[in-house]
Amino acid sequence: MAEPLLKVENLHKSFGSLEVLKGIDLELAKGEKIALIGPSGCGKSTCLRCVNFLEIPNQGHIYLDGELFGQKKVGDQYSQMSEKELARQRATIGMVFQGFYLWPHLNVRDNVAIAQIKVNGMAKSEANDLAMDMLKKVHMDHKSEEFPERLSGGQQQRVAIARALAQRPKLLLFDEPTSALDPELVGEVLNTIHELADEGRAMMLVTHEIAFAREVADRVVFMDGGGIAEQGPAKDIIDNPQNPRLQSFLGQMLERN
Amino acid sequence: MIEFLSVYGENWSTWQPPMVSAIWVTLALTFCAYILALAIGLLVALGRMSNSAMLRAICKGYVEFTRGVPTLVILFLIYFGLPGFGIVFDAFWAGVIGLGIGMGGYIAEVFRSGLQAIHFGQREAALAVGMTPFQSFRYIMLPLAIRIVLPPMLNMLILILKDSSLCALITAPELMLFAKDLASTTFLPMHLYLLVGVVYLALSLPMSLVARRVEARMQAGMSR
Ligand SMILES: Nc1ncnc2c1ncn2[C@@H]1O[C@H](COP(=O)(O)OP(=O)(O)O)[C@@H](O)[C@H]1O
Ligand SMILES: [Mg+2]
Repeated sequence: MAEPLLKVENLHKSFGSLEVLKGIDLELAKGEKIALIGPSGCGKSTCLRCVNFLEIPNQGHIYLDGELFGQKKVGDQYSQMSEKELARQRATIGMVFQGFYLWPHLNVRDNVAIAQIKVNGMAKSEANDLAMDMLKKVHMDHKSEEFPERLSGGQQQRVAIARALAQRPKLLLFDEPTSALDPELVGEVLNTIHELADEGRAMMLVTHEIAFAREVADRVVFMDGGGIAEQGPAKDIIDNPQNPRLQSFLGQMLERN
Repeated sequence: MIEFLSVYGENWSTWQPPMVSAIWVTLALTFCAYILALAIGLLVALGRMSNSAMLRAICKGYVEFTRGVPTLVILFLIYFGLPGFGIVFDAFWAGVIGLGIGMGGYIAEVFRSGLQAIHFGQREAALAVGMTPFQSFRYIMLPLAIRIVLPPMLNMLILILKDSSLCALITAPELMLFAKDLASTTFLPMHLYLLVGVVYLALSLPMSLVARRVEARMQAGMSR
């Protein structure tokens, strides 16, 4: 079997006395798309944020493309990386947040270009061209001079996706990218993600849009009680859930929509 | 009217030199107090957001103190009160410290509201694209904070300029004391206080014009 793109190994994370992740093991093949579902508060965001070390795991390891992520290993001792090394690794993973978090003092193009200029030392004109290409991908190139405040939530999220794409990431992480949007704006963002998925990009998507997960993801992972309760091919899991907690979760989700 | 103005002509050669040096003292007082107030304000703002409950309480207490106690009282405490405990400042530095302490609390509140207006998510987004914590501060947090904080900070500078006139009462040789002393010997209070009023206005007007323009530009940047 080919080496996985992402390997999450025995991931543990606690906040104070609250143990949120109790040993997650997960692999993601190159080009694979997995959807992470589960009840609110079960640790989906925490799991995603541990993958790029926005949260530092208490235990366990992340490997990206065979390389240990966020940590260094000397002998059989693991230690944390320097912020500089960590930043370099983080640049290879794109992340899209529920709340978009565009930077309000920069226009749309600069939001997408700034990291390439300041982090990767790319020439400004080159970074701007790259930004425009990425904005075209998310159909936002006509707004490149606008400031984020002037955009709808759906447009902001598409710009945030372009910002992640400009990193030319090996892996894309989406944390409930449509949960903060008005219902009529959800479709445009899902379409954009769908187009990216069709390009064969590897992604990990936390979502409550079950129908979308079923359609786009190769695999669905159901998290519950700090671990993975059930996983498998998207259509199997969603059409034919085995775990009773997953059954009732899917029932609730269906009712909601 | 002509008669009133001619008094300035007659006295200009004697008034002008001490007035100019008093203006310099006022400006130095304002500038030093502003720097001190910025430093105190930043530390107190950070203190109010720290994890230590004790530090938070101290900083909050300080802010309440500067809100409730008149600057003149603080100046008198420093200039007349502290020497009783063996701590002596000359009038200028007592003025700098008093004004700095008095305004530091307000500046802390400006800093705090500025920092709180920035969502932690914006910093995380910066880390996620591969910025180091320093880069995220330098390219994201700092410009954002400055945009929010700069206009009110420029207004604070004007407030300190005007408040510096209080230092006349602790004998700092600034503009107001120049007028006060001269008024008592020349019996021309109307002329002298009008004169310094105009000077204060002339000093603060450019500052408030700059503040107005910065504010307009920042708002354009944020919401255009
Ligand atoms: N920074 C934090 N500090 C303390 N508790 C947290 C923090 N982040 C998340 N939690 C807690 O961890 C649990 C899992 O949160 P999260 O991963 O956001 O869940 P989900 O994304 O599945 O809704 C929740 O109980 C949440 O309150
Ligand atoms: Mg979440």
